[in-house]
Amino acid sequence: MADLSRKSARPLSPHLQIYRPMLTMMMSIVHRITGSALYVGTLLLVWWLVAAAAGPAYFEVADGFFGSIVGQLILFGYTWALLHHMLGGIRHFIWDFGHGHGAEARELLAKGTLAGSIVLTILVWIVVIILR
Amino acid sequence: MVELTLPKNSKMTEGKVWPKPAGATNLREFRIYRWNPDDGANPRIDTFYVDVDDCGPMVLDGLIYIKNRIDPTLAFRRSCREGICGSCAMNIDGTNTLACTKGMADVTAGAVKIYPLPHMSVVKDIIPDLTNFYAQHRSIEPWLKTTTPAPQTEWLQSHADREKLDGLYECILCACCSTSCPSYWWNGDRYLGPAALLQAYRWLIDSRDEATGDRLDNLEDPFRLYRCHTIMNCAKACPKGLNPAKAIAEIKMMMVERRV
Repeated sequence: MADLSRKSARPLSPHLQIYRPMLTMMMSIVHRITGSALYVGTLLLVWWLVAAAAGPAYFEVADGFFGSIVGQLILFGYTWALLHHMLGGIRHFIWDFGHGHGAEARELLAKGTLAGSIVLTILVWIVVIILR
Repeated sequence: MVELTLPKNSKMTEGKVWPKPAGATNLREFRIYRWNPDDGANPRIDTFYVDVDDCGPMVLDGLIYIKNRIDPTLAFRRSCREGICGSCAMNIDGTNTLACTKGMADVTAGAVKIYPLPHMSVVKDIIPDLTNFYAQHRSIEPWLKTTTPAPQTEWLQSHADREKLDGLYECILCACCSTSCPSYWWNGDRYLGPAALLQAYRWLIDSRDEATGDRLDNLEDPFRLYRCHTIMNCAKACPKGLNPAKAIAEIKMMMVERRV
């Protein structure tokens, strides 16, 4: 019989460390990350609006930031996060109605979300650059 | 709670490399999670070599080869060896599946890596403690519940109603799906997990069952049902090709439908 006094606490089996990353799983994580990023993006939007209300001198500071290369990069990322999260929301909406659960459909929806968010982001920026 | 890293006592170390079988020419490397409750040491990853020419084609055959010829102390569950008992569920090559229906040849790159089902308390080697998993199955009351008096013969069901149980009744409770689910990893104490919820749906849509309302009441909970975030690992892991994620989506819709 085993010596019970030497028995050690049971370990927890490995999980994230060993599980094969899969597209739908990764898209779920990215949906959360982009969702969190939208909080920051919304704060930036609020800052820009408050600056606009606070007067021309202050607005110039905020507008200058958003016009800089760093600001533009952040806005580009914000655009992608917004579109990715929106398309992800639509994908979850479809799933919540019981559709698109098949082996091929779920992969297609995940790939579509990713590709769609990238294409739409680029389109938005092309339009912005043309209109500017 | 979300814990991305393993507790101190669960961190894995490099284990023993066991000698190659003598005279074998066609070897397959196995890397297997080992933990012995009696030696007080952390889990380790042992390396074994299986003579493929003298062994069956499945991963389970490889494990039996190792236990018979190399290390008899290797502990794992197995029974039917044909994918109907669900005993040999484990993590092979990064995904949860049954060792008896997973071919060694299907593991294409490098060694056959074997771990216990993820984020579970380990009893020994690749044997996880399934107590909580079974208790969760018990909690959804997986049996016919009726109020009308039992008929003299069977409870009858139309062909169409019977067909609604297809894709649900085949579940063998191997736990591959539940232990593939990150939501179950972080909240397995309160979230029922895909396997129990698929079973819950199996009884919810059974035309003979008369406790649908009570069953839905039992699931109406921020954790028990709604921790499912359609991550889809469950549907991808199921060795029987079932779709717990869809069953859960159907339950969520039933919740909405009874309110409107």
